[in-house]
Amino acid sequence: MSTATDTGTSTRRKSVQRWGGLLLATVLWWALYLANQPFWDWLIGHVFGLDLTSRLGSGVNFFFLDSVKILLLLAGIIFIVTVLRSFMSVERTRALLGGKREGIGNVLAASLGVVTPFCSCSAVPAFIGFVASGIPLGVTMSFLIASPLVNEVAIALLLGLFGIGPTLMYVAAGLVIAILAGFIIGRLKLERWVEPFVFETKLRGKIINSTVGLTWDDRIQMGIEEVVSILKKIWPYLLVGIGLGAVIHGWAPEDFFARYAGADNPFAVLIAVLIGIPLYSNAAGILPLIDALYAKGLPMGTLLAFMMATVALSLPEMILLRRVLKPKLIATFIGVTAVGIIGVGYLFNAIL
Amino acid sequence: MMNIKILGPGCANCVNLEKAAKQAASELGIDATFEKVTDYADIASYDIMSTPGLVVDEQVILSGRVPTAAQVKALLAPLVG
Repeated sequence: MSTATDTGTSTRRKSVQRWGGLLLATVLWWALYLANQPFWDWLIGHVFGLDLTSRLGSGVNFFFLDSVKILLLLAGIIFIVTVLRSFMSVERTRALLGGKREGIGNVLAASLGVVTPFCSCSAVPAFIGFVASGIPLGVTMSFLIASPLVNEVAIALLLGLFGIGPTLMYVAAGLVIAILAGFIIGRLKLERWVEPFVFETKLRGKIINSTVGLTWDDRIQMGIEEVVSILKKIWPYLLVGIGLGAVIHGWAPEDFFARYAGADNPFAVLIAVLIGIPLYSNAAGILPLIDALYAKGLPMGTLLAFMMATVALSLPEMILLRRVLKPKLIATFIGVTAVGIIGVGYLFNAIL
Repeated sequence: MMNIKILGPGCANCVNLEKAAKQAASELGIDATFEKVTDYADIASYDIMSTPGLVVDEQVILSGRVPTAAQVKALLAPLVG
């Protein structure tokens, strides 16, 4: 038999447990983050007696230091972003975009692309869902470009490795590229390069809103699951990236890269982007590398361009999109995005 | 007999959704046929925009995430009989 006060108490207790648990986790996170560097300096420098200024010492130190730092950043930001994103859905985004014409539609689509939970395996159903419901091709492309480009893993890592400045630059650049590229593709009137069945798809069935009915416990659970799921997927890339970064950090001579790809080489950005496009990695694998390269003198604009090229355009996604886009449209998509990224790279090199 | 369709191109999420759905159905004692829909045009016709999707008797009841078997049970229970 339960009385009103009983249920009141148990709901309150659950609430205290939930928020208390989160508070504890936050405090623990900060403690680990702040203790990270001193701990490894002590363990590797003192306990194992390695000279931290030597190649081996600094390389090993970098490896462990970066691994823990990146893991903490990823866990923290993925959790927060997932919980925030649980209030948003692709269905809602489509409803918000309906009826908006190009220009404003591109801006809205790119912004929503950043905040909507979206995995690239859903790229095709999302594309079809958007286009078949009447959203212009260019606006849909703005969404599809912004989503993988400005992703929470990249933001988490940039924030932790380079601070708020480069992070904001990255987000701004990603949005601008998505907006412009989508707008241009829309203006080129490339609907004829979309697989016809997309326009012929009859949408039936009730639209369900997957954000309805989620409790805070559900959202927290989703956050935790997403952290585990992403970490499980990317940890090999992370280790390789950090390993390479550690090697560069410890062994590559100062200014080695800067001599060939530094700010005074006018082709640096172009080459960086051309290398980045076919590379398949997610931000987690690339950023430790970029961290090390930056410390060796490569300019931030070139590095951000390299990262964007790697992350925004991936072979698996292009293969998926082939189901709905004809090769010419895929080529245009890659071309316009690449030009945008190159432009951003030169711009940042110039203003920084 | 209930008709349950799993919508998705065949990635891990769809496999897990199918497992959860089968477990839920057997726990509820539902006699159901299971179908996998992997063709994008067919998936899109149900108007879901993120996979995987769960369709029961031609009605979409879930899309975009992988629920636990318990959550599928909660969704299926009111549809029985």
